[in-house]
Amino acid sequence: MHRFANPARFLRLARLIQPWTAAAMFACFGVGLYLALVASPIDYLQRDTVRIMYIHVPAAWMAMQTYAVIAVASLVSIVWRHPLADVAARAAAPIGVAFTAICLITGSLWGKPTWGTWWVWDARLTSVLVLLFIYMGYMALWSAFDDRQRAARAAAVLALVGAVNLPIIKFSVDWWNTLHQPASILRRGGPTIDPSMLKPLAVMGLAYLFFFITVLLMRMRADLAAQRLEAAAERRVMAQEVPA
Amino acid sequence: MMPGQKNSGNLKPKHQRLVLVGLAALAIGGAAALGFSALQDTMTYFYSPSDVQTKGVEPGQSIRLGGLVAANSVQRLPDGLTLAFTVTDTANAVDVRYKGLVPDLFKEGSGVIAEGRFGPDRVFVADSLLAKHDENYMPPEVADSIKRAGEWKPAATPAQPALPATPASRSN
Repeated sequence: MHRFANPARFLRLARLIQPWTAAAMFACFGVGLYLALVASPIDYLQRDTVRIMYIHVPAAWMAMQTYAVIAVASLVSIVWRHPLADVAARAAAPIGVAFTAICLITGSLWGKPTWGTWWVWDARLTSVLVLLFIYMGYMALWSAFDDRQRAARAAAVLALVGAVNLPIIKFSVDWWNTLHQPASILRRGGPTIDPSMLKPLAVMGLAYLFFFITVLLMRMRADLAAQRLEAAAERRVMAQEVPA
Repeated sequence: MMPGQKNSGNLKPKHQRLVLVGLAALAIGGAAALGFSALQDTMTYFYSPSDVQTKGVEPGQSIRLGGLVAANSVQRLPDGLTLAFTVTDTANAVDVRYKGLVPDLFKEGSGVIAEGRFGPDRVFVADSLLAKHDENYMPPEVADSIKRAGEWKPAATPAQPALPATPASRSN
């Protein structure tokens, strides 16, 4: 666990793999968008509108996955005091907000032509909106403290409490009557999406995943660099004060 | 997960924190489960025709009614504006009247959510219609070949509302 606790070792590793995850991201987005928007068939019911799925569904997956990453990192931070866990959790939050916003916006655009409405307060849509608010509260809490240690502690507790929303989002369509349809992929009895549509969806899912990894590494490196600059500036101030 | 159990009197700090987080998770999970089971009815976005029977919906009470549009039930009334159809969950059925635009996906055999209230004659008068689609996605050719093979899912071709309960398929 503490093998990667050393920020120097982490930075070396991150520098090494980041170009590869970035390349994989661009490749998957290129292939995925072509398959999703051009090469995949229309739906028997929704016709071309179904193509919104290839943007919407991976965004929804990643919105929840990013929150799971933050929750696990927060657990590691609280229990094992792993120095990189706070950095990872803090760096992941704005990416999660972006995924959640994409999910809600494309879902709204998809709802109008298929359901006949931009928005309804059913359990699935509402619980994802709550996820967006938890993300924003989490980020606000981080910047509400001057002391980084205290901010990290408070934010980690909020992240763990908010994790209760993840199963609610996932199972909202099974526990309650909702306008949103039930799960198509992770369900008993296998996916109910035709293989010709499942493949582009999987490639787009990978593209989003590589996007997440790439941007997470970039943001973690930037955060560590900013901390070092701050520490160096503090040392300079101390050094100037001592002779005087 | 719990290596410090033998000498639980003096747990290492990190194990103490782990136990604390575990207990907090249990408490929050339990509270959420209790809260949501109490909210069960209000969290539900719509009533199915069977819910309408069992939960005693009053005439005039504003509700959402959800189910499948029964096959061969959609017709225009003589006034040329009002749409009449039957919403079914294969066990029970409700007659609906609606004036207005219908969503593109509104058709017989597919899901619908109607917002409105029951009149005194137990006919549901809807102010708005939302189309609900199921979790199946496929190209038109695949849908055609499934229909040709006669293996189209029962959810898409519901039993007639007058029939008694058939081996019920998922009805939302």
